[in-house]
Amino acid sequence: MTQSVVVQVGQCGNQIGCCFWDLALREHAAVNKKGIYDEAISSFFRNVDTRVVGDGGNISKGKICSLKARAVLIDMEEGVVNEILQGPLRDVFDSKQLITDISGSGNNWAVGHKVFGSLYQEKILEKLRKSAEHCDCLQCFFIIHSMGGGTGSGLGTFLLKVLKDEFPEVYRFVTSIYPSGEDDVITSPYNSILAMKELNEHADCVLPIDNQSLFDIISKIDLMMNSGKLGAAIKPKSLVTSSTGVFKKRQEKPFDAMNNIVANLLLNLTSSARFEGSLNMDLNEIIMNLVPFPQLHYLVSSLTPLYTLADVNIPPRRLDQMFSDAFSKDHQLIRADPKHSLYLACALMVRGNVQISDLRRNIERLKPSLQFVSWNQEGWKTSLCSVPPVGHSHSLLALANNTCVKPTFIDLRERFIRLYKKKAHLHHYLQIEGMEESCFTEAVSSLSALIQEYNQLDATKSMPVEDLPRLNIAM
Amino acid sequence: MSIVTVQLGQCGNQIGFEVFDALFNDSHCPGGLCSKRENEAYQASCKERFFSEEENGVPVARAVLVDMERKVISQTLSKAARSGRWKYGQHSCFCQKQGSGNNWAYGYSVHGPRHKESIMNLIQKEVEKCDSLSGFFIIMSMAGGTGSGLGAFVTQNLQDQYSSALKMNHIIWPYGTGEVIVQNYNSILTLSHLYRSSDALLVHENDAVHKICAKLMNIKQISFCDINQVLAHQLGSVFQPTYSREGSFHYRRNPLGDLMENLVPHPEFKMLGVRNIPQMSENSLAYSTFTWAGLLKHLRQMLISNAKMEEGIDWQVRPPLSGLPPLGKMSVNKETHFNTSIANLVILRGKDVHSADVGHHRALKRVLCAEHLKIQLSILPG
Repeated sequence: MTQSVVVQVGQCGNQIGCCFWDLALREHAAVNKKGIYDEAISSFFRNVDTRVVGDGGNISKGKICSLKARAVLIDMEEGVVNEILQGPLRDVFDSKQLITDISGSGNNWAVGHKVFGSLYQEKILEKLRKSAEHCDCLQCFFIIHSMGGGTGSGLGTFLLKVLKDEFPEVYRFVTSIYPSGEDDVITSPYNSILAMKELNEHADCVLPIDNQSLFDIISKIDLMMNSGKLGAAIKPKSLVTSSTGVFKKRQEKPFDAMNNIVANLLLNLTSSARFEGSLNMDLNEIIMNLVPFPQLHYLVSSLTPLYTLADVNIPPRRLDQMFSDAFSKDHQLIRADPKHSLYLACALMVRGNVQISDLRRNIERLKPSLQFVSWNQEGWKTSLCSVPPVGHSHSLLALANNTCVKPTFIDLRERFIRLYKKKAHLHHYLQIEGMEESCFTEAVSSLSALIQEYNQLDATKSMPVEDLPRLNIAM
Repeated sequence: MSIVTVQLGQCGNQIGFEVFDALFNDSHCPGGLCSKRENEAYQASCKERFFSEEENGVPVARAVLVDMERKVISQTLSKAARSGRWKYGQHSCFCQKQGSGNNWAYGYSVHGPRHKESIMNLIQKEVEKCDSLSGFFIIMSMAGGTGSGLGAFVTQNLQDQYSSALKMNHIIWPYGTGEVIVQNYNSILTLSHLYRSSDALLVHENDAVHKICAKLMNIKQISFCDINQVLAHQLGSVFQPTYSREGSFHYRRNPLGDLMENLVPHPEFKMLGVRNIPQMSENSLAYSTFTWAGLLKHLRQMLISNAKMEEGIDWQVRPPLSGLPPLGKMSVNKETHFNTSIANLVILRGKDVHSADVGHHRALKRVLCAEHLKIQLSILPG
C-alpha cells in the first residue's frame, strides 16, 4: 500500500486541508470499526505512540494509538494555522510539520515565490524529507492551494519545482482554486497567470476548481432542502457539504460547505487506492490514462450525488440519474460544459454497491451524447470500489480531460491582458528581486501555447475519423 | 500430471480463485450419476492436477499468486481460507507495494527484471511439489499493467527455464467500449510477446461472458464475481479429468498435452476459444432436460455461425459443401460469418456419453469423454 503526503499552502489551502483531514478521519472511523491501524489508514495517517519523545514513536501495526496526518502546513501568516492548531484537529497535526511566517505575502505572487521561496527553501525541503522518511512507499504529493492569492499561488508553485527536483518519482497532484469572475483580489489575474506557468511545467496533474461553481452547487442543495418537496427528506449526513453529520441551518464558517466539496473530491479520488474493490484504480493509473500529452494535464471533475434522499430503496433509475448528472454542466467543479466540448479521456470512479453491469449500461447509454477525440473513441477508464463514502450508499467521481477547460484559461488571459496593458499594480511585482517584465510575457505566452493546443484538438472535432490503409491478409 | 497455475494481477487473481473453487466443488460434489469407485478416481485425478496435500488434510492449490500491490492477494487468500475446504499456500504469493499503473512497460521492463528471482523461485517451489509436471496455466488480463506486462515477462522466462513444459496463457480480452484507456497499447504489446513464448492462448472476452451472464444466467446486476464464475465454469469443463473413447476407464493424465496436441497443429495458430453448452443458472437447471442430439446440434451451429452462446444463434449460416461451387444466391456477407476453424476438440461430460454421436464434421479431431456429474460440452476451435 502506498502513502501520500498532503501539502497545504496559504489560507485557502489550509482551510480546505482542514476540512479534508476531518472528513478523512470520519471516513476511516466509519470503515475501520475495530480500531486497528491497517494499510488503508496508513495511506494518509501515521500511527504514533505519543508517550515516546522524539521521532521513534512510529507504530506500524496493531491498535491505533494516536493518528498523525501526513501533512505539511505552510502559510506566511500565522492566523489560519494557529486557528487549526487550537481547533478540534489539533492532535492530528504534528507541530513539527509547520512552516509559518508573520507578515504574509500581500497577495503578491512574487513575494510568495521569490522572497519566501528562497527564504524557506531549506526548511521546506527538510519538512518534506521528514514526511517522506515516515512513509514506507511514498507515491504521491497532494498540493492544495489557491491561484489568486500570494502565498498559495507563489509559494505553492515554488514547491512544485522543489518537489520535482527532490522527489522526481513521486507524483504531484495539484488541487488549484481558480479565481472566479467576481474575485475580490484585484491582482488575481497576475498571480494566476504566473502560477499557471509553473503548473504547466512542474505539475503531473491539476484539478482546477473555481469558487463560483462550488457556490452554485451549494445554492442548488439549499434550494432542494428548503423547497420541502414531498418525500424529499434528505439524510443529513449524506450532504456532500456536511462535516459534522448534523445539519445546520447556516454554516458557521462561510467557506466550510464549499471546502467540504473539495475535501470529498480528494477522498473519492484516493478511495480506490485505499479500499478494496472489484476493479481497483491506483493514483498512478489516473495519470497514465488521463494525461495523453504531458502539457494537457488539467482534469475537470464532478461529484455525484450531492445528497442522498432518506428513501432507502434506490431503484436503478436513481443510479442512472447519478451517471447522467456527472456529465451535466451544473455538477462540474469548474465553469465548464463537457458535453459540448471534446473529450480526450474520461475516468469514472464509482464507490459503493454498484456493479460492472450498471457501469457498462450507463457508459453505453451516455456515449452517443459525448464527443470523444478521433484517436480515442473508447476513452473510458473505470474503477469500482466497494466502500461507499460516509452517509451514501454509492457515489461517482468523474474526471474528464476535456477541452472545456479552455474558456477558463481564455477568461484568465483576458483579465490579465486588461490589467497588464495599463501596467497597473505592476510595480509591486517588479520591485521584488528576480522579477522582470519578461516573467509576465513568458507566463502569458506559455498559457497561450496551452490554449492553442486545445484549439487544435477542438478543430479536429468535426472531422471524420480517418481510415488508415490496413494490411490485407492473404488467405 | 500436474498443472501449476500462475495468477497475475487483479484480474488473474480474482479469476484464479473462482477457477480453483469451481474445480474443487465439482470434484467434491455429492450425489452423482456414477459409481463410488469412479467418483473416487475422478476426485483423485482432479486433485493430482490442481491440488497438493497439506498436513491437516486441507488441499492446497498448486498456484503462485503475483501482484504488484497487496489488496487483491490478501482478499483472495482470505476468501480461500474462509471456505475451509481448500486454500492457497501461505508462501506462494508475491506482492509489492505499488501497482504497475496500467503501464505495460512497467510490468515488463521494470517489475519483471527486478523481481525475476523471487517470482521464479516461487514457481520453482511449486513445481518441485509436483510428481510430474504437465505444464503451466497462466491467468492474466491484457488491459492492465501487471497482468499484461509482467505476464508476458514471466511467460518468456518460463519458456527459458522450463523449455519442455507446456504453457497455456489464459488471457482476458477487455470490453470493447473501454475499461482502461491504454488497453489497446497494452493488449497489442502483450499479444506480440506471448505469441512468441506461449504454446497456446485461451481467450475469454469480457463482452461475450457479460452477455452470457445477462442473457443465459439471467443475472440482473452483474458483478465481476458473476463473470468470473461463468469463466471458471467454462475452464473447469475443459480441465477436469477425461478419458479417451478408445481407452478404458482410466483418466487421461496429461491435460495440457491433450489440448495442445489436438488444437495447436501449427505453432503459428495458437489462439483458442471455448464454447460451452448448456450454460444456465442453477435454478433453471432443475427445469431443463437435455439430449445429446439436441446439445450437439446447437453446439455445431454455434461453431459454424461464430456465436459465443446458445441464444441468438444464426441458423441461416451453413458451411459451404465441399467440392461444389457456392450457390449464386449466397452473398459475400454470409460467407464471412462462417467460422473457419483449424482444429476442434469436443469434450463431452455426462450420462450415456458413449451414445452421443458427434457426427462427421470435417475438422473434428478427437473426442474425450468423462462419465461424471454435470453434463458439459465444449468445443474449442483453433
